[in-house]
Amino acid sequence: MLRQLRPVLLNGIALVATFAIVYLLMRVGIIDSFYQDTIALVCINIVLAVSLNLIVGFTGQFSLGHAGFMALGAYTTALVTLHFPTIWGMLGGIVLGALVAAAIGLLIGLPTLRLRGDYLAIATLGMAEIIRVLMQNFTFTGGASGLFPSRYLNWTWMFILTAGSVVLIANYIRSRAGRESIAVRENEIAAESIGVNTTKAKTLAFVVGAFFGGVAGGMYGSYFYWIVPKTFSFMMSFNILVIVVLGGLGSISGSVIAAILLGVVNVLLADPNLVPIRMILYSLILIILMVFRPQGLMGDKELSIRLFRSILPKRRRPPDEEPVPAGEGRLEPAEVTS
Amino acid sequence: MSDTVTTDGDILTLSNVTLNFGGLSAVSNVDMNLAVGELVGLIGPNGAGKTSIFNLLTGVYPPTSGKVTFTRGQKVSNLGGMKPYAICWAGIGRTFQNIRLFRALPVIENVMIALQHNVPYSLATAFLHTLRYGRLEKQIRDESLELLRIMGLEDDANELAQNLPYGKQRRLEIARAMATHPVLLLLDEPAAGMNPAETADLTELIGWLRTNFNLTILLIEHDMSLVMDICERIYVLDHGVLIASGTPSEIQHNPAVIEAYLGEEAADA
Ligand SMILES: Nc1ncnc2c1ncn2[C@@H]1O[C@H](COP(=O)(O)OP(=O)(O)OP(=O)(O)O)[C@@H](O)[C@H]1O
Ligand SMILES: [Mg+2]
Repeated sequence: MLRQLRPVLLNGIALVATFAIVYLLMRVGIIDSFYQDTIALVCINIVLAVSLNLIVGFTGQFSLGHAGFMALGAYTTALVTLHFPTIWGMLGGIVLGALVAAAIGLLIGLPTLRLRGDYLAIATLGMAEIIRVLMQNFTFTGGASGLFPSRYLNWTWMFILTAGSVVLIANYIRSRAGRESIAVRENEIAAESIGVNTTKAKTLAFVVGAFFGGVAGGMYGSYFYWIVPKTFSFMMSFNILVIVVLGGLGSISGSVIAAILLGVVNVLLADPNLVPIRMILYSLILIILMVFRPQGLMGDKELSIRLFRSILPKRRRPPDEEPVPAGEGRLEPAEVTS
Repeated sequence: MSDTVTTDGDILTLSNVTLNFGGLSAVSNVDMNLAVGELVGLIGPNGAGKTSIFNLLTGVYPPTSGKVTFTRGQKVSNLGGMKPYAICWAGIGRTFQNIRLFRALPVIENVMIALQHNVPYSLATAFLHTLRYGRLEKQIRDESLELLRIMGLEDDANELAQNLPYGKQRRLEIARAMATHPVLLLLDEPAAGMNPAETADLTELIGWLRTNFNLTILLIEHDMSLVMDICERIYVLDHGVLIASGTPSEIQHNPAVIEAYLGEEAADA
């Protein structure tokens, strides 16, 4: 029982510590509003990247429209908070926005995911563009000038939503549904032959990914005071994809690390003198990383104590403990169950 | 629909089944039947259409025409329009000639994925990892380990499937197929690439599985010693057409069969 709970406890302690440290630093003013915005962006990017990784990295379905789901979440949340200007309005808006994103995900996913090939990429690309153009032309969404919601997302809720999303997606992946996703990615014909309804597995993963894309959008819509359609252009979808690839397709911790790193890089390049060469530097960093680590920072491994142990020089183990083979860092249900 | 001649006790019946790929007839007007518990061989020269028969039995390609009936107890299914996963659920498991493992996954997870469709596992359990999750995962893992033990793969449980030697990959394919709890098992050249000792082990194992899991088995194999050793009946296919069927000794002395195989050797020479 204790061994079962150990990883859960350790993760819990790490999460609470992260929350408390940032909270204190905000309280004493070391984290000012500039850093606070960066942290908000990092959190939103984490949720975006992890949810897209479920679709692209774990299920192997190429989606190019994550910004569309984000837009649905952001606009829904903004509209709801404009009518119900409370923290509950924000939470209700985020949930509603996520459900809207999931519903649109189902609508796009059902017809395209039963086909083999890259129809999903084209469909999602089109979907995100349509959503953006609609937001630009509807009056209730404020047209091109957008909406001006108030901020209700404080650090506490930001943290709960980010950590909650990551934990839920990670749980999904380490379950029957997640294994089915991975089976689809690895070999669709074999997956079908052993009883995996591949259309259902792909659609489910896509809808779950869309849902959390909507959550991320909702966070965006209740943190930044101004949302405009052009934020949710193809560049946004592309940036999320870059984070996923950078962190490693099929690694949740990779997506989290990449999102944080990107935040750090943005802070380092925030100096006004660097603005002209910012995109060049940014691209250069990406190119260098892809040349030296094409599988992404984490590959398909997860950051875990086991992984650290396998990197550290071998120490003597108690005889009953299995030696950890190199590369053993994958999410393993055994860590929770046995 | 009573046009099929489903004799009592048949688990699988093909009547007048054809599978065309464009202009090519990979399978032409084939009639076959398997009785419950039988171990039947399906042989024929390269390109005869053996794998194509497996593909149409498992829903990879629907038959162009003809009828395929699968009977399990009282339940009779027409496999013609069924999706592969539904055919698996109905009770047919298979392996692949060109091994199709989940290469980047550990051996044990290859089996766990196949096993889990038998387990009631809700989405809430998946997201929240409730106590039920721990129980279900343990159940799936334990049974997977048991299957790996039977197939002699328990020491490789945490190895990646792609790192296994060829013979073990073939055995893992069987373990994975067994995890779906089939009553009819289709083995596509399970001994391909194995040395004689491995083949002998496998032959014994197939017989053991059949007895202990009450399986009906349809086996494609080029290794004639294996086929003649364990099959009770053999179908011979050539250019998509059934040219003979009968007991191993009947097949061995059938002129049409000898002709088909000699023709192949002559063409190879
Ligand atoms: N998907 C496909 N599309 C087009 N032609 C195919 C397809 N699958 C098989 N064929 C053709 O059908 C014929 C039968 O192939 P099949 O794989 O069933 O033969 P086989 O008896 O299994 O041969 P082998 O002993 O080499 O495995 C061959 O001519 C093959 O080229
Ligand atoms: Mg074949």
